[in-house]
Amino acid sequence: MKIVVAIKQVPDRDAPVRIAANAKWIEERELQWAMNEPDAYALEEALQLKEKHGGEVIVLSAGPERVGSTIREALAKGADRAIHIVCDDLGSRDALGVARLLAEAIRPENPDLVLTGLQSEDLGLGQTGVILAELLGLPHATLILHVEKTDAGLKVKRELEEGWFQSIEMPLPAVLTMQSGGNKLRYATLMGIKRAKTKELRAVNAAELGAEAAPVVTLEQIAVPKKQKSTQILGGSAKEAAAALVEKLKTEARVL
Amino acid sequence: MSVLLVLEESGGKIKRASWEALVAASKLGPAQDVSAVVIGAQTEALAAEAAAKPVGKVVRVEHPLLALYTADGFSIALHQLIQNQSSTKWVVFPHTYQVRDYAPALACRMGQVLIGDVTGIEDGPIFTRQLLQGRLNGSYRHSGNGPCFVSVQAGAFRPDSNIDALDANPGAGPAPIEVFAPMLEAAQIRTKPSEPFRESAQAVDLGSAQRIVSVGRGIKGAENLPLIEALAGALGAELAASRPICDNGWLPMERQVGSSGQTVAPKLYLAVGISGAIQHLVGMKGSQCIVAINKDPDAPIFEVADYGIVGDLFDVVPALTEAVKAAKQ
Repeated sequence: MKIVVAIKQVPDRDAPVRIAANAKWIEERELQWAMNEPDAYALEEALQLKEKHGGEVIVLSAGPERVGSTIREALAKGADRAIHIVCDDLGSRDALGVARLLAEAIRPENPDLVLTGLQSEDLGLGQTGVILAELLGLPHATLILHVEKTDAGLKVKRELEEGWFQSIEMPLPAVLTMQSGGNKLRYATLMGIKRAKTKELRAVNAAELGAEAAPVVTLEQIAVPKKQKSTQILGGSAKEAAAALVEKLKTEARVL
Repeated sequence: MSVLLVLEESGGKIKRASWEALVAASKLGPAQDVSAVVIGAQTEALAAEAAAKPVGKVVRVEHPLLALYTADGFSIALHQLIQNQSSTKWVVFPHTYQVRDYAPALACRMGQVLIGDVTGIEDGPIFTRQLLQGRLNGSYRHSGNGPCFVSVQAGAFRPDSNIDALDANPGAGPAPIEVFAPMLEAAQIRTKPSEPFRESAQAVDLGSAQRIVSVGRGIKGAENLPLIEALAGALGAELAASRPICDNGWLPMERQVGSSGQTVAPKLYLAVGISGAIQHLVGMKGSQCIVAINKDPDAPIFEVADYGIVGDLFDVVPALTEAVKAAKQ
């Protein structure tokens, strides 16, 4: 199976974020970056499918030069080659604009399967995979935990709300967006990291893909959310805070 | 009619999230401009339920091939409906798993982009949605021609008095109901879904627990869980977790609280090392008293917490366990 995995580099979960001076996005200088976790699960699924059925895993990512580090991480984990859509203005494109870039890069590869995470940890749009399927004219399914290859195509396990699931049969080629937790994520081995350096990493300029269009939806401003409740923060040492909390829970909230 | 509100059902009843979307739709146009859409193979009862709400009319999008949800079936049918209702300016959905599965494709088909998981609508209109797992809010605007697609987060448009008020349609009788029959062929539906199923009977019913201690990524590894178990033991609380803990297999999936797990509303919910992404908050924010312990003072969990301790859980939790034990003596 030839599998394209679309991955995104996002701010590291634990990195402190500051709003940039123009209040349109966060300050990116000195930020730490990581592979979007749901995309890591998509990559894991692709690698396992390749181990079972053979084929090729191609990693695809769009963004500025820094994205290269996340792409190399994917290569180190076992992807065969990579395409980097070099693009410094990812943030000013809407979901359709980004998906158009990815679709143009995927089209000439003619993959059997396109995988991506169900959503990104930064913008959280949760749309890229679904729009990709629409643009590529392929069937899709979202929130997938498990993928099984069948004679007719795929049988996938889809997560529904509140502990329900559903299985879906579909033909190939197809697009799936992966939910986290279906597999255990692997780490890159030293050997993998070494090998990654020799693997093909092809850079394509966004402009060359010819997918430019004015955005339909724009992010105008970002801000720190207003508090819904007034939280009583209990200070002092751990011991003092713990004692104060127990007192509050007993006498004020009356839940102990 | 300028607002199409696409309702979602579950077990033959319209989901509560759909009525929250009606509250959101009412910010985009007066009730008489809202068309409520029910979709399926048999929609008569759903339509009657919707017609009793303050909407201008109800549209039954009905076809045998819509009996089970498929992204292809719903996208094709609703695309035809929107083209048919050419005055549509807004298409509003509840932000459910199902809507996430097809609404982005439907919008794309019309050259549009869904503004998804919206938590607020202000004049403009400006749509608010969360960024970076709830650490920031973003203000979004739609431009250009064509309908604007919006899905709204569960719980975001839910002043309870508003929902109750929706039950009455004062002055008038039920809203008029029309039927729209989309053109659909079996070959256009490329996926074959099964009926929904549950993995196994849930042995843990967190829903009836009076107290819950819930643990998140901050715990760092399964080997540290005894710390949390000791606190739960001292409090007489059930142990629960956010999704990543269950994804890693550190606790079984049946202990997961959140949109993909259980929804709980105990007297006391103590969140340890949980940042509070919306997927978790929707499962617990109805709790009577919420306590958060987190090292990040800006963690979104503090937005819903009544009491908070900003600190390292590895210091705070043992101290709290001792304090709880001491208080019981």
